[in-house]
Amino acid sequence: MKIIVCIKQVPDTNEVRIDPVKGTLIREGVPSILNPDDKSALEEALRMKDENKEVHITVITMGPPQAKEVLFEGIAMGADEGILLSDRAFAGADTWATSNTIAKAIEKIGKYDLIFCGRQAIDGDTAQVGPQIAERLGIPQVSYVQKFFIDGDTVKVHRAMEDGYEVLEAKTPILLTTIKELNVGRYPSIPRIIKAFREDPVKVWTNRDLDIPQTDIGLDGSPTQVKRSFTPEQKGAGQILEGTTDEKVRKLVEILKSNNEL
Amino acid sequence: MGIKILAEECKSCTLCVGACPFDAIDMIDNIAVMNENCTNCGACVDSCNFGAIIREESEVKEKDLTEYKGVWVYAEQREGKLMDVAVELLGEGRRLADEIGCSLSAVLLGDNVKGLADELFEYGAEAVYLSENENMKHYTTDGYAKVLTNMVNEYKPEVVLFGATHIGRDLAPRVAARVDTGLTADCTRLEIDPGEKGLMQTRPAFGGNIMATIICPKHRPQMATVRPGVMKKAEKREMTGKERIIEFKNDLSLEDLRVKLLDIVKGKKALVNLEDTEVIVSGGRGLGKKEGFELLQKLADSLGGVVGASRAVVDADWIDHDFQVGQTGKTVRPRLYFAIGISGAIQHIAGMQGSDTIVAINRNPDAAIFKVADIGIVGDLYDVVPKLITAIEEMKSA
Repeated sequence: MKIIVCIKQVPDTNEVRIDPVKGTLIREGVPSILNPDDKSALEEALRMKDENKEVHITVITMGPPQAKEVLFEGIAMGADEGILLSDRAFAGADTWATSNTIAKAIEKIGKYDLIFCGRQAIDGDTAQVGPQIAERLGIPQVSYVQKFFIDGDTVKVHRAMEDGYEVLEAKTPILLTTIKELNVGRYPSIPRIIKAFREDPVKVWTNRDLDIPQTDIGLDGSPTQVKRSFTPEQKGAGQILEGTTDEKVRKLVEILKSNNEL
Repeated sequence: MGIKILAEECKSCTLCVGACPFDAIDMIDNIAVMNENCTNCGACVDSCNFGAIIREESEVKEKDLTEYKGVWVYAEQREGKLMDVAVELLGEGRRLADEIGCSLSAVLLGDNVKGLADELFEYGAEAVYLSENENMKHYTTDGYAKVLTNMVNEYKPEVVLFGATHIGRDLAPRVAARVDTGLTADCTRLEIDPGEKGLMQTRPAFGGNIMATIICPKHRPQMATVRPGVMKKAEKREMTGKERIIEFKNDLSLEDLRVKLLDIVKGKKALVNLEDTEVIVSGGRGLGKKEGFELLQKLADSLGGVVGASRAVVDADWIDHDFQVGQTGKTVRPRLYFAIGISGAIQHIAGMQGSDTIVAINRNPDAAIFKVADIGIVGDLYDVVPKLITAIEEMKSA
């Protein structure tokens, strides 16, 4: 059983603050983390490996050279090998070009039974790359997977819906995008961390390895383009109520009542 | 390709270094230099006051765009009932179609759903593109993607909008990849470029900390998903009598569906409907403990509202993700929004700033939440909230 898990290194967007004077992002001290949904994707693959040592897990990511760190983290959690897709030519890719690049790399890897992706990355929140990789590879997908079972080549999953879930069944190969409710990811083990850095089972592929036309990768291969980015405008500040707690509460109730809010 | 710094124009001001979300600009010999972290996001371009950072136009394969006409709204239905977001998209789609000067249509897929067409007409659709099949009773990725792709290729709309529901976010990327066009996720604002008549799609990125306006200049259709609750619903109108249903035959068979639907299980989750509620009482890390939500629930009960939460407490597993308000949670616009013990991370504010009245209660007078609040109370929430509940109860019984 061969499993490919697509992961991404992301800035912890919970830690981002805005400089109140300049209105720009304060990025000092913002840690890079393994994207939370991707952690659940990898954990699910690792649980299969816990059951069956024959399971082979490849973690793959696309990003700048330091994205290698996230592959080491995946290997330290238990994956067998890592592939980093890194090339200046890949930069600026939207989901179309990203999924195209990753799908080409997966084709180069060759045989696989399952592909796990996190539903979405917290820096982009698009949830598009997983389904689009499946489309490029011509395999079926299930997104928002919250429960996963496998028996031979048959997978059965619960797909989260807004008001419950669907029970779905399919044959491998299939791509699944997972949500963090699926499981709780394990911590890397110390011996595995040491082993990962000693053996360095991470390959770096550039576009020389994939040989995709320039018009299908990176910024040039992206149908969507960023026209402008800006910090969100904020509503003007209102009034701060003064006085003792009792006075503040009374004023609040009066204002809300006079505005027909109560 | 991408972003370029013109070294000779750089005035060493370092504004771009601060503006870059990705740590991708270094000052080398007092000149800004791009490093490999650059994602071409363009945040630095606007930050430079000296025109020293430019975006180079890319060479993209040309496609004939002129044959693509009209705005389509994907009219998502479940069990024969139209989703609210479809009505919101019709409201938005009407405005866009008028600005472009084209027609607004709905696309309706399912089994035996023709009866919904009148509802779509009443909400402003001029035409309904309908495709029915007994194998399309419930949504499946394979089935719906195949039929919708064929319809897009046949009728060539210039804009297609989807609700960013669990179904829309599953279907739209697959269709966009198959028809070879761009897709912008979770848009919060859509506008038409008055010159080119292209769709300008604005969405939060980087966890809602920056907004990005995305265009799809050289591919059609221009596709976007829009989060439920963001756009205003279309007003009902009198039908003109000129509305048309265009039926599209499809021969979808069970063999086309590689993923079989075995069962649909409804959960308690139906109870959490932050988008449709008038009053929301949200709590954040300032609650200090999971049990703090019991107090907020009491306040919500006294106001006839429901409880919401910030991302931090959802991540801490104090409350289920369904309650999350913000960029990766729900976008809400209630009449009255209480932010209690919430510092006001931009990703939270992005999801609630459309509320009519915002009340913030926080111990920290410098909390960002006070910048968006209409009414602020600086104080310990465990002191303020119980007194507030009492005051509301007294007022109600008076």
